[in-house]
Amino acid sequence: MKWRNWLWLWPVVYFALGMFNILFAWLGMIDFMLPLLFAIFGGNKNFCNYYCGRGMLFSFLPKKFKCSSGKLAPRWLSSQWFRYVFLVFFMGMFANVCWQSWLVFGGVASVSEAVRLLWVFRVPWGWAYTAGNVPGWVAQFSFGLYGLMLTSAIIGLAVMALYRPRTWCTFCPMGTMTQAICKLKATKTKKIPLP
Amino acid sequence: MPKRFAEVNESYCVSCGACMSVCPKGAIKIVKGCYAFVDRNFCVGCGICARTCPAGAIEVKAHEVA
Repeated sequence: MKWRNWLWLWPVVYFALGMFNILFAWLGMIDFMLPLLFAIFGGNKNFCNYYCGRGMLFSFLPKKFKCSSGKLAPRWLSSQWFRYVFLVFFMGMFANVCWQSWLVFGGVASVSEAVRLLWVFRVPWGWAYTAGNVPGWVAQFSFGLYGLMLTSAIIGLAVMALYRPRTWCTFCPMGTMTQAICKLKATKTKKIPLP
Repeated sequence: MPKRFAEVNESYCVSCGACMSVCPKGAIKIVKGCYAFVDRNFCVGCGICARTCPAGAIEVKAHEVA
């Protein structure tokens, strides 16, 4: 068995660590940077294809526990326009996380010891944070990123159960971004024709 | 005698690689992160990829082969 077959554990470990110490949320930047590095320098989606822990979790769970309907999701969910709207929306949310951290950095706001789920529910998360060990903005970014990761995981699990296991992948913002980069690179080198 | 092959609709494909990881014959590759490609020399038309594809981009179609 290949080592990467265990990568489904990564999101589990990530969310578990964040429950003890929110600063571990910074590890989520790995999931942001790696796919981009693969796409920009390799011109491939090897991250999605081989190393994405979340994708593996979504295919692993239904295999073990039969928790996916297996029905094909409606076409609009994987359509180009929805993928890009979702990407822009998600990037906006990430920008907001950065903005909140900036406000804390500038001393305008104080650290909000909570995780925002599905952009609506504010869940107090103060137990995973001891003030004073790190600069406030570092903690603020942790809370924000953890909320973003947890929110997208919840959406991913929901569409996994409702539709096919890896339905999240069809509109995953990282997937959309890396595929767009790959297509740009492929057309520039004119190695393959594009549909 | 028609043979059955998996066929990818490249405009729907999100190149997530779900098909590639379930293909029992290793007949699918993701081409430069753009779309999935089925190698007809290896595809046996079993349809596992078509049932797995979250974007519904794969269909098994019958083809006349000489």
